[in-house]
Amino acid sequence: MYKNNATSLGLANMWVAFVFFAVAALLGLYQVIERMDIIPGLKSPELYFASVSTHGVLMGFVLTTFFVMGFGYYAATTSLKQEIWSSPFAWFGFWLSLLGVLLAAVPLLTGNASVLYTFYPPLKAHPAFYIGAALLVIGSWVWCLQMVMMMRVWKKANPGETVPLVMYGTVANAILWFITSLGVASEILFQLIPWSLGIIDTVDVGLARTLFSWTLHAIVYFWLFPAYIALYTLVPKAAGGYVFSDQMGRVAFILLLVFSVPIGMHHLYMDPFQAAGWKFLHMTGTFMVSVPTLLTGFTVIASLEVAGRLRGGKGLFGWIGALPWNNPIVLAAILALLMLTFGGFGGMINASYSMNAMVHNTQWITGHFHLIFAGTVVIMYFGIAYYLWPKMTGKVLYSTKLALTQLWFWFIGMLVLTLPWHQLGLAGQPRRISSTPYDDLLVQSWIPAEIAMIAGGVILFTAALMLVYNLLKTHGNAQAESNLEVEYAESLHSTVRMPALLNSFGFWVVLIVVYMIASYGYPILQFFMMETFGTVPWSI
Amino acid sequence: MRDPLRAICDDDLERRWLWISLILAGGMGFLLGMYALSSNLHPPSNVETIDSSRLHLTEEFAEDKLGVKENPDGSLTVTMVAARYGFFPPVIEVPVNTPVKFRVASADVLHGFHVPYTNAATMVVPGYVSEVSTSFPTAGKYSFLCNEYCGLGHDNMWSRLIVVEKTAGGNE
Repeated sequence: MYKNNATSLGLANMWVAFVFFAVAALLGLYQVIERMDIIPGLKSPELYFASVSTHGVLMGFVLTTFFVMGFGYYAATTSLKQEIWSSPFAWFGFWLSLLGVLLAAVPLLTGNASVLYTFYPPLKAHPAFYIGAALLVIGSWVWCLQMVMMMRVWKKANPGETVPLVMYGTVANAILWFITSLGVASEILFQLIPWSLGIIDTVDVGLARTLFSWTLHAIVYFWLFPAYIALYTLVPKAAGGYVFSDQMGRVAFILLLVFSVPIGMHHLYMDPFQAAGWKFLHMTGTFMVSVPTLLTGFTVIASLEVAGRLRGGKGLFGWIGALPWNNPIVLAAILALLMLTFGGFGGMINASYSMNAMVHNTQWITGHFHLIFAGTVVIMYFGIAYYLWPKMTGKVLYSTKLALTQLWFWFIGMLVLTLPWHQLGLAGQPRRISSTPYDDLLVQSWIPAEIAMIAGGVILFTAALMLVYNLLKTHGNAQAESNLEVEYAESLHSTVRMPALLNSFGFWVVLIVVYMIASYGYPILQFFMMETFGTVPWSI
Repeated sequence: MRDPLRAICDDDLERRWLWISLILAGGMGFLLGMYALSSNLHPPSNVETIDSSRLHLTEEFAEDKLGVKENPDGSLTVTMVAARYGFFPPVIEVPVNTPVKFRVASADVLHGFHVPYTNAATMVVPGYVSEVSTSFPTAGKYSFLCNEYCGLGHDNMWSRLIVVEKTAGGNE
């Protein structure tokens, strides 16, 4: 019998994630109020852009990375029934990442790194910001290695057996993150750090943006993966059923892995310095990456239907009512799927080579990624936390009712926030502004949507507090939890023999490397082949 | 013919859905791609470098060379500089339904360039010249907004575009 040595590791990672999440949620509330010019005393671009930068870093890099690591460690040990490959090394990665966050927090909070989480050279931040970001990424590579090694050890000990779906997805994510973070890592290590320290005088902004785009799309799949994994492996069981098809889950994970990295240039549609043909190539891949999501929608909804019918649901829609809506992770899944559907429609516009021009860098984009990331992904993080906290702490969930209310608040708040943002974007409002000193007619047309945005911000912040309060009270709960077993869903269709390609990654990694060279090789190489002019650092 | 997806998927219903997904994704990409290609609608993708710190010394982007120029074929070229915190020259006037090519360079950091309610949009990246071609079918007052964070004064970076009726002879 193995001894699970990932409990405190998983919990430590996830606590870091949620504590910083709460801080970032507070900043978000401040931002929606500041952004609309209603309280003159609150006006401060210095504070606003420091806040936006911190909010982005905390939500996009810290909440996600730590949550993914914590979930990965815990899922790996509980599904493989095997200890962490190297526990001291895993803790080293955790502390290194945390050190990076704290190092970056100092310039962020003092307004010396107000360059937004996308860095935006030639705006220059304090070197500590870039070094902190690099440490966070390097720390997360420790996690990637652990996941890959744990799967190898398990396969060696269980020859011919099928790696559990939850682990297969987690390792897919580890590989995805390692490959995709190489883009931003090279931008930070070879361009931004030496440039901010004065070792090199100029950076080529075109190259920097191309490298960042390498990371920028697949990073959202790194965030999304735990949500999808839970939809396939935890939710069907919690709903009282089976996962419709284990094998299709693997196909979806592989498609996400292969198609999400070499398509990042759709973030550069509006940029000069990359020719249209490359953008066209990346667009075709971008449409292909919707296939695993469509597949996931089918499998997860089919799994829920199976569960609903097993629970006595009848008729075409009766099974929906029969689902356990009072189970937090099931409710989170239903709400996540709804937000994913709304957000997916918007994504088609952004992905389109021609239509994107209308919405590029407008508030539409902010609306889109809040719906998909802060909506779909983060609500699943909540659902997973409500499910795992009792298992990890050994204490009963403090209040299921509070958890359910919190999920509804988050869902409603997110719609109230993001639907008006889409409308603001179509009406031309730029994202990343701290005030609206523009043409009067234009600005007046924005007011109703901005009022809704503030209401959304208030609801979301309330929900954020409810989450942290509930998790904290659970941790300190006197009542012990009786069921500590993490129950992963079994497949409805049992696969007699899993194809080797869906039980390993070697072939797929080679395929990604080839695809990456084809789609990013020349676009990066061109900067070294033509005469370019670098840019000196500019303060904000 | 044997369904090729049978190799990865045993369930009939799910395989049907997989086909629908593939056709949906492929079809959307194909449709949008063909639409863009057939109407020659491309995102601004000019690959041309320039030394942003020496714009004032160039033939094209020196201060007195900026603005609207008419080409022999009747189309217009508008040369502009984006710099913290404004677009120069600050007022641009063009006639309706006339092909306009904007050529924009940054004198300092990253900027955005967008005329709301139109598809005149591009990033302006130091070290590179942005080029975007469009025409404006409706006369009226428009704004150029900088839609990329460029520093603490970013919100204040906007200027005026006036699209005039051709018969008005260039006056408002």
